[in-house]
Amino acid sequence: MNDFLNDWGLTLAVFLPLLGAVVMMVIPRGEEDTHKIVALVSTLLSGAVGVWLLFNFDYDHSHKLQFARNDSWIDVINSRYHIGIDGISLPLLVLSMFITILVVIYSWNHFPEPHNPKAFLALTLVLEVGMNGTFVAQDLILFFVFFELVLLPMYFMIGVWGGEQRQYAAIKFFLFTLFGSALMILSFLALYFKGGQTFDMPQLIQVAQANISHNTALWIFGGLFMGFAIKVPMFPFHTWLPDAHTQAPTQGSVILAAILLKLGTYGFIRIAIPILPEAAHTWAPWIGGLAVVGIIYGALGCLAQTDLKRLIAFSSVAHMGFVMLGIATLTPVGINAAIFGMVAHGLITGMLFFIAGSVKDRFHTLEIRRLGGLLVQAPRLGWILGFCAMASLGLPGLAGFWGEFPAILSAYSPAAGMSEALFRTYMVIASVGTVLAAGYLLWMFQRTAFGNPPEEFADHHIHDVHGPEWLAWTPMLAGIVVLGVLPGLLLNITNPAVMAAFSRI
Amino acid sequence: MLSFVQPNIDYHALAPELVLVGALLLLLLVDLVFEDRARWATSSLAGLGLLAALIPIITLAVNGHDRSMFGGAYVVDNFALVMKAVFLLAGYVVVLMSTDYIGEGDYYEGEYYFMLLSSLFGMLIMASARDLISIFIALETLSIPAYLLAGWRKRDLKGNEASLKYYLLGVFASAVMLYGMSLIFGVTGSTVLTDIRDGLGSGESVPIITVGILFVVIGFAFKVSAVPFHTWAPDTYEGAPTPITAFLSVASKAAGFVALLELVFIAFEGHEEVWKPLFWILAAITMTVGNLIALRQTNVVRMLAYSSVAQAGYMLAPFAIAGDLSGGNVGAIKAVVTYLIIYAAMNLGAFAVVIAVARKTRSAELSSFGGLFEYAPGLAVLLAAFVFALAGIPPLGGWYAKLAILNVLIDASTPWATVLAVVVAVNSVIALFYYASVAREMLMRPVADGDRTPVTIPASLAASIGLCAVSTIAIGVAPNLIARFSDLAHFVS
Repeated sequence: MNDFLNDWGLTLAVFLPLLGAVVMMVIPRGEEDTHKIVALVSTLLSGAVGVWLLFNFDYDHSHKLQFARNDSWIDVINSRYHIGIDGISLPLLVLSMFITILVVIYSWNHFPEPHNPKAFLALTLVLEVGMNGTFVAQDLILFFVFFELVLLPMYFMIGVWGGEQRQYAAIKFFLFTLFGSALMILSFLALYFKGGQTFDMPQLIQVAQANISHNTALWIFGGLFMGFAIKVPMFPFHTWLPDAHTQAPTQGSVILAAILLKLGTYGFIRIAIPILPEAAHTWAPWIGGLAVVGIIYGALGCLAQTDLKRLIAFSSVAHMGFVMLGIATLTPVGINAAIFGMVAHGLITGMLFFIAGSVKDRFHTLEIRRLGGLLVQAPRLGWILGFCAMASLGLPGLAGFWGEFPAILSAYSPAAGMSEALFRTYMVIASVGTVLAAGYLLWMFQRTAFGNPPEEFADHHIHDVHGPEWLAWTPMLAGIVVLGVLPGLLLNITNPAVMAAFSRI
Repeated sequence: MLSFVQPNIDYHALAPELVLVGALLLLLLVDLVFEDRARWATSSLAGLGLLAALIPIITLAVNGHDRSMFGGAYVVDNFALVMKAVFLLAGYVVVLMSTDYIGEGDYYEGEYYFMLLSSLFGMLIMASARDLISIFIALETLSIPAYLLAGWRKRDLKGNEASLKYYLLGVFASAVMLYGMSLIFGVTGSTVLTDIRDGLGSGESVPIITVGILFVVIGFAFKVSAVPFHTWAPDTYEGAPTPITAFLSVASKAAGFVALLELVFIAFEGHEEVWKPLFWILAAITMTVGNLIALRQTNVVRMLAYSSVAQAGYMLAPFAIAGDLSGGNVGAIKAVVTYLIIYAAMNLGAFAVVIAVARKTRSAELSSFGGLFEYAPGLAVLLAAFVFALAGIPPLGGWYAKLAILNVLIDASTPWATVLAVVVAVNSVIALFYYASVAREMLMRPVADGDRTPVTIPASLAASIGLCAVSTIAIGVAPNLIARFSDLAHFVS
């Protein structure tokens, strides 16, 4: 049994959703319930494999690549089907499976117009293949294919099922990300030719640094930076994000916030920094600078928003700024914080988008000015919103804290050779960002949840949280609390891998 | 005195051409004898003839010997075999696309397939030609039927314009090219490519060689519709019957590239200082101009025409880095062949779906594709797959084609090559915008005219779409499938 898991576990985890999508292709469009069941079953199966992997993962050696497979794929260019997970990718892989299952459950009775569950769920499944694949790929070309695989489903999800401006938002998302990945693939090829005639990430980590001159490495890192920073998104490349989030259907926003943004930060941690540590060293102050600008800019953007979803989108820019600040310190503390921040942001912001979707369902508007008195009309929904706002602003005891606080702390002493004064300035600015975060989140909560319901909705019967919502949300809320109380659960997995990968920088 | 010596003819090596000639003569006879009663059979005959010609290609490939005839003027090597197979398969798909299009319209049918096969015959010769005269003969054999086919909608003014424009510019290009060839012959005293290479030598070029090379390359730049020699393409593509448009944009373009590869990488190998900068400029402006103009198109066929101009730009890029590759020029040849094969599958597929949709809408305007997903979800998804493949989005085949090009550009690692790689990358982002606009129209816009009658797709058209779709997706997921063949595709020289 364990042999089977070692050989096929990851492949199954990645491709089971694809199997589901293929099955759905042959089922007629009208049989909506069958489609929902097939989608749910295939995400659950993939998730079950994930749990199985979780139990068999060797936590004492989380820095080693586990469940690895290395088969031939494209011999001509020397690219291989090399997959595997270590302590850095495991949490994100599990997060991706987990969120997709919940999204499918939430979708049960929440299909946005123009409905069509078949296409919607099939796209969700293809998205999952891309996301899972990105987190397990250990070959640059394979990584690239999975990284890009998420583009088409998300493009269609926003463009077909989105809001008023959906077509604009969809193509903007697509063009921005494609621009980044076009430059990223150039850097991948340069890594191949300059770095040692291999696309294999573990091998490149061993040899690339020595083979590539510093100047070339700076350029290559620049290409990687464009690819990943646009995906994160970092200021000033963030402009696609508010549009994409605002226009995307709830499920699209959740996946986008919870997983897709992490592909960018994951790329930094998995590829850009370990393979080219010296170039990363030179780039890091700039990345840190953009990160804190993003924190402040995102927070100020939030304060100016009138739309609930757009506000959450801008808060993503700020939160990803904390993650990037942690990464920019190039210290194990910072990187651990960044990974924690990625998972926490996935849970918390994913939840916030779920709530926003449910608010929109009930009130048909997300304009903060028109909302109010949520706690009166739908107390449970209101309190969940409050809980998530608290988690998002980094309240100790909830998951958000462990992403934000250590990231700020790590900026106090960045990796050797980097300007302490500069990073301590960043630290101060980032701390101001947390104050602003408390400001915009509490203000948002106050305006939407407190007081009496506005006149236009006063007579409406607002349904409080119902079945599928409870099913989809409870695990996420539980995750936020558990990770908040026991951060060690996650840090113990990531830390050995991070120490192994980053202590030499 | 010279006495006539019977050349040594290797019939096995010539078998594909002979089978094809047999098929097209049979076609002519059947059409002549049975007239209208055999109209239905002509397309099947053409298709079977093309498949039959594939058989000797397989036996030759299994046999594995490189064969050379007529003093090195006609060579059957791996490159020739791969390209011949591509031409025959592309031709077969075009026949499948044409069957109902031509059968239902008011067209000459027997002659149509005769012309199509003649043109393909020219392409088969081109793949083997290693001599200026055989290249020229191949070019004319493939072009002259194509001029006629472009005007096959004979009562349509746009059809006439298409044919005339194509003919005049094509003849002009041939003349320029012939002049260049005569200069080359004058300098070297030979028409065989390998002799020319030796005759031209390497090192500093004298003006007459430079002019000769420039003229020959420019002649073929017309054929592959490189900017600024592309002006015929959009009008010809729009006016020609759509299956012929597909044929011109894939097979005919591929033939042009085959000739360029042969000439540049065999005959002119020693004088890269002449053609490398030329190809750099041609590649950069071809992809950029093609993409920028495609952005403004409102007609899908014209958009695909400009897209095929831009795609030619990507294929020209590997020419611009010859001599800088770690593994020699053979890497550039392989990259172009890889691109040609994948491009054939995805572009033919796109045109096949356009033909299927036009059966209902009678239009190729972008707006007529509105809401296609509502009444023909399969076609909409497939066309979306083909255009996104052309845009190079994984996991659809096009990404590997782009990667093959970028791969050699980065391998060359000169500043100019890197700049060209960035130009390619930026262009593929620009191109996404118009490719995505086709998908947007089909999936995100309301149904045009509110007419939701389903589209009927005849079996042969469906088969052509299916073939292209399967290959596009299979190549995208497992590029090894074709990488193995394109990896073989190098010359013996």
